[in-house]
Amino acid sequence: MKSKNKNNPIILCVKDLKKYFPIRRGFFQKISGWVNAVDGVSFEIERGKTMGLVGESGCGKTTVARLILKLLALDEGKIIYQGIDISGFSEKEMKPHRKEMQIVFQDPFGSLNPRMTVGQSVEEGLRILGLKSHGMRKARLEKLMEMVGMSPDSTDRYPHEFSGGQRQRIGIARALSVEPSLIICDEPISALDVSIQAQIINLLKDLQDQLGLSYLFISHDLNVVGYLCNTIAVMYMGQVMEYASAEDIFDNPHHPYTRSLLAAVPDSEPGKKMEITLPKEDVPDSPAALQGCKYRSMCSMEAPRCRKEQVLFEKIGEKHFVRCWKAMKK
Amino acid sequence: MNLNETTVTKDFHVEAPLTPKRTRWEEFWLLFGQNRLAILGLLIFILFFCCAITGLFLTSGSKPIFDPSLVRLEEKLRPPFSKPNLDLLEPDQVPTLNFYLMGTDDLGRDVFARMLQGAWVSLTVGFVAVGISVLIGIFMGGIAGYFGQHYLKIDHILLTLLLVSGTGLIILDVIRFGAALLLLCLAYIVYAVLTRHRSKKKASPSWGAMFHINAVSVDTLIMRIVDIMLCFPSFFLILTVVAILPASIYNIMIVIGLTSWMGTTRFVRAEFLSLREQDFVAAAKALGIGNFRIIFRHMMPNAVAPVLVSATIGIASAILTEAGLSFLGFGVPPPHATWGNILSNGKNFIFDAPWLTFIPGITILIVVLSFNLFGEGLRDVLNPKLRERH
Repeated sequence: MKSKNKNNPIILCVKDLKKYFPIRRGFFQKISGWVNAVDGVSFEIERGKTMGLVGESGCGKTTVARLILKLLALDEGKIIYQGIDISGFSEKEMKPHRKEMQIVFQDPFGSLNPRMTVGQSVEEGLRILGLKSHGMRKARLEKLMEMVGMSPDSTDRYPHEFSGGQRQRIGIARALSVEPSLIICDEPISALDVSIQAQIINLLKDLQDQLGLSYLFISHDLNVVGYLCNTIAVMYMGQVMEYASAEDIFDNPHHPYTRSLLAAVPDSEPGKKMEITLPKEDVPDSPAALQGCKYRSMCSMEAPRCRKEQVLFEKIGEKHFVRCWKAMKK
Repeated sequence: MNLNETTVTKDFHVEAPLTPKRTRWEEFWLLFGQNRLAILGLLIFILFFCCAITGLFLTSGSKPIFDPSLVRLEEKLRPPFSKPNLDLLEPDQVPTLNFYLMGTDDLGRDVFARMLQGAWVSLTVGFVAVGISVLIGIFMGGIAGYFGQHYLKIDHILLTLLLVSGTGLIILDVIRFGAALLLLCLAYIVYAVLTRHRSKKKASPSWGAMFHINAVSVDTLIMRIVDIMLCFPSFFLILTVVAILPASIYNIMIVIGLTSWMGTTRFVRAEFLSLREQDFVAAAKALGIGNFRIIFRHMMPNAVAPVLVSATIGIASAILTEAGLSFLGFGVPPPHATWGNILSNGKNFIFDAPWLTFIPGITILIVVLSFNLFGEGLRDVLNPKLRERH
């Protein structure tokens, strides 16, 4: 892979990322409040490694992906890609860096242009890469299709002629077309059949071995994340609650949310009763409930202190961060 | 799910795609063929197109085969299919077909020749006017949909207003005042460029920055212009404009085009707003593709379907508008025949020579109807949500 700074072991570092969306109401569209979609997300991705980002739906995972790619403007925080702070970059400044980071989307039906053949969609990336002649592009295109396990003669067909798994492969081919170093996989398998999921995951693993890619793998399936990822960040309501290596998350979870997530994973043994601590109430949305720890209304170990203080994201071990003061005291 | 056990070999090839390979074009014809009225509309449209083009060649030139302006006062108001009275006519006044296919009018002119000439007028007015309106509509709608969230600054708006009014005044021969306005603009631009360079170093606020605040979003501006344009009764607007401008077919095309782009703008904007949020557009942005390539290569092909439909129906209404203008005497100047002015002449003789009214009237009806049927057929095919109803 072509990259200017190959020595930097940390390919992507995100520091305290924040994004607020305004809520507009009334005749004059006055801003009446803010949705804290992403409210303090920090993590690092090492070169050639995979980081998993897990959390329930609506917790801001996809927004994080879009912020990193600068498809959305961030409000606060830093995105450092290979030692370069890209968070303040304008669209123009960002353009040469675009091909370094690519994305694979969740919905294989919306992620390909229905009016372009598969070949045309993937070729757009090759054009960006600077392959001027048609012959060069064609050869590269066939190579790419082969890499993702598609027959080369499918390039002149339209997306609606393919199944979900095939489209996801095409989406991966398009992401690979600009020879990126980092691919953000935004729930790439959650819209697929279980058997196809395994194929796509293996494809991603193979590609990582071949090309030395780094992944940011967004998912809500802990099994998959545990299998695929080296480090895991657990998100809840726009905040990273716990960030650690995959082993630590599974074997030594500190945050009560991580624990309840792990407890909710169905066991492979049928008939076995699960011990699930159900949340006390629904996800809070009133402003008063948003003060203090965001998880406290669902938490089994809530204390008065949780209500008042902003909980900090603190280190408790070698590459192990937790946002819970009780977990730290332990 | 145990992922460790499932392995996929590297040279794994996916089997043939799901459906038999059929291009969009084939699929379009398959669906379109099921709608008989639309097919009928298309056929009439093709027939009309051929008539208009052959009509142009047959009726123009110094010695046309069908002369639409040859006056035979002896032969006035002859009914359709009547034979000419060869004793009264000069040899070169005898109609080409040896009879009057659609009769003659009050000056003894061959109505068939005049209808042929008028067909070309209707065709060009329809296509050119709609072409203009679609171009403006796509441009405005595309900008409103894609760049809609950008804000215009007050100083930029003021500058544009000054520039436009300055140029306008110079065109209207108020040279001194116009030039003064343009100079003012120039001075401001120079000032703005200079202060920008300085403010980059020192970041000192200049008085120019006072006006450098957000006024309206691009989307709001364009859509309010559309709303204003829709408020005008456009036929009367056209009447006024045509009364001021010299009577010519090109002016009419342009005026009709400039007063009918609003529908297209709304369609394109709506399509762009929904397309902009699609993942494939985000993917194109992430690849680093430029805005214009995203607009024209990625989004526009997905947005043309409703435009095509509204354009087809727009042609019908443009033909109707032109006929209406000609009927009122504001259209194409008299020696040239159009369906509207044949109809207008004929109304004086509606009881003596009803064919003068009915032939152009029914032709306009059939052509407009065929365009509308074709347009609706297109809409049904291109909009998958409406397909199920048939």
